[in-house]
Amino acid sequence: MAQTVAVPRAEPGTPSPQEGGRGRTTALVRRERRLGYLMVAPTVIVLLFVTAFPLVYNFWNSFHNVILNQPGPHGFSGLKNYADLFTQQGFLGSLVRTLGFTAVSVAFEMVVGLGLAVLINKAFPGRGLVRAAILVPWAVPTVVSAMLWKTMFDPRSGFVDYLLGQLHLPGSNISWLTGQWTSWTAVFVADAWKNVPFIAIILLAGLQVIPDEVYEAARIDGASAWQSFRRMTLPLLKPALLVALVFRTLQAFLIFDVIYIMTGGGPGTSTETLSFLDYQAFINQFNFGYGGAIAIMLVVLSLIIAGIYVKVLRPST
Amino acid sequence: MTAVAVRPRAPARRWPRLVWRQALLYLAVLVVLGVALFPFYWIVRTSLETTAEFSQGVSSLLPPHLTFQNFVNVFKQEHFGRPLLNSAIVSLATTFVTIVFSSLAGYALARLPVRGGGAILGFILLAGFFPPLAMVGPLFLVYRDFGFIDSIYPLIIVYFVYTLPIATWLLKNFFAQIPKDLEEAAMVDGATRLQALWRVVIPVAVPGVFTAAILSFILAWNDFTFAVSFITSSPHFTAPLAIVNYGQSQFQIFYNLIDAAVVIVTLPVAGLVLLAQRRIVTGLTAGALK
Repeated sequence: MAQTVAVPRAEPGTPSPQEGGRGRTTALVRRERRLGYLMVAPTVIVLLFVTAFPLVYNFWNSFHNVILNQPGPHGFSGLKNYADLFTQQGFLGSLVRTLGFTAVSVAFEMVVGLGLAVLINKAFPGRGLVRAAILVPWAVPTVVSAMLWKTMFDPRSGFVDYLLGQLHLPGSNISWLTGQWTSWTAVFVADAWKNVPFIAIILLAGLQVIPDEVYEAARIDGASAWQSFRRMTLPLLKPALLVALVFRTLQAFLIFDVIYIMTGGGPGTSTETLSFLDYQAFINQFNFGYGGAIAIMLVVLSLIIAGIYVKVLRPST
Repeated sequence: MTAVAVRPRAPARRWPRLVWRQALLYLAVLVVLGVALFPFYWIVRTSLETTAEFSQGVSSLLPPHLTFQNFVNVFKQEHFGRPLLNSAIVSLATTFVTIVFSSLAGYALARLPVRGGGAILGFILLAGFFPPLAMVGPLFLVYRDFGFIDSIYPLIIVYFVYTLPIATWLLKNFFAQIPKDLEEAAMVDGATRLQALWRVVIPVAVPGVFTAAILSFILAWNDFTFAVSFITSSPHFTAPLAIVNYGQSQFQIFYNLIDAAVVIVTLPVAGLVLLAQRRIVTGLTAGALK
């Protein structure tokens, strides 16, 4: 992921030229080092407070009975909250739905994003404007993209309905957000519309660093456009693809806003994802033990996902 | 002779293929533009409809006739000004503190002999991947104890998880590119490190600071997750939370009114993108590719 690529580059800043000297320079180095820690401190402390501390607190809560609106002892409950994950309805279903959504949407978004990146990498008049235009869906709040697609899929005022009706296609005059698969379709479209541009922009940056000579050489060797794309572009694009894949997979795996706004997890529980389930446990049920157990699962699964990518796809070093 | 005979024919045969390709390229560009922008047209169109027209359904691609009543109503009836102000305050404050913190951290990591600098930077970047919902529970408990629930300012603390990783990373890279001579000259003249950073380095790094600020503002402005978790009453809603609430408080959803609010909340972000497209792209990709 980003930081594993980053770490080697961070090193050159660390060794100081004064290290070789003695006496006064060491005192200077020590003073500079202390200043360095002081300057890093605010950022590190704030980030520890919002990430490491919740992680530990969730871990603690997940072994305790912490339900706020239930008076009584918030005592140790052993593995009960974790057992609940697998016995109570909700968690396993959400896990399957979340993984399914992640796989489908990330695969689709990567393919379309790659196509889009190749397109906007070509030279044509107005390219800057097109790049700005596709950046807007990425930059708007998720609330905007979710509400916008809710409007688009609305049976009365929506464009989707109007278009399908005009074309006499099936799918008009239905309430998209009341069926399970039609709801997922709407969520998928809203998510892809917002996130394909992000992938395209990351991949475009990757494409721009590939020197033209590479293609030149491939053409001279008689490679077709497809061959040079497969054999040259894709391998050289691997680092950018990895970054886009990790970012998007983790974001899709943690999907919450779109679900909350478009479907509220419904109809029934058919669009509930892990993050949505965790929100309900915390904010609706005030069950911080069970919610903590889900949160721990979120963190562990995120780490597993990131780990798999880095292991499988990391460019060999 | 044959070579001469062939030459004039070659372009004639190639020309149509080139035209074909160009046409296909432009068609693809048009499709992309349509998919990216048409939905915006549709919410603008919906926001310009009267409630009566809205209730009748869609009869054409153009709005029946233009009315700005929804934009008036969203402020007059729904008091959308307050959530907008709340969002502006929180986003600007987050941006400001982010720039201060990440300038300090970025500078230290780029220039000072901080032991374990790589690990510290790794942690800062990793924090950006932490699941937001895993933050919500414990921080809710802490905020409750401090009386922070339903107050906008404590949101700033959690928004740092969006902004600090990318801003620190960007500024660290930016500072690393600035020649050391500049600040060394200032320090020879008696300035301390911090004075040199403030008076010499930051002014040179303005483009980088600007990029980090724009991205921070967008990321804070766009939050919904933390607002919906920690804010409970409408005077304290941020703009995204208010919009979602309009959709949930009515039995029948009037998208014409909601979309007026959606259009308003989109404007600052769209403006930033159009003004600083290059900077945002550089920031995003530098944050992801280096």
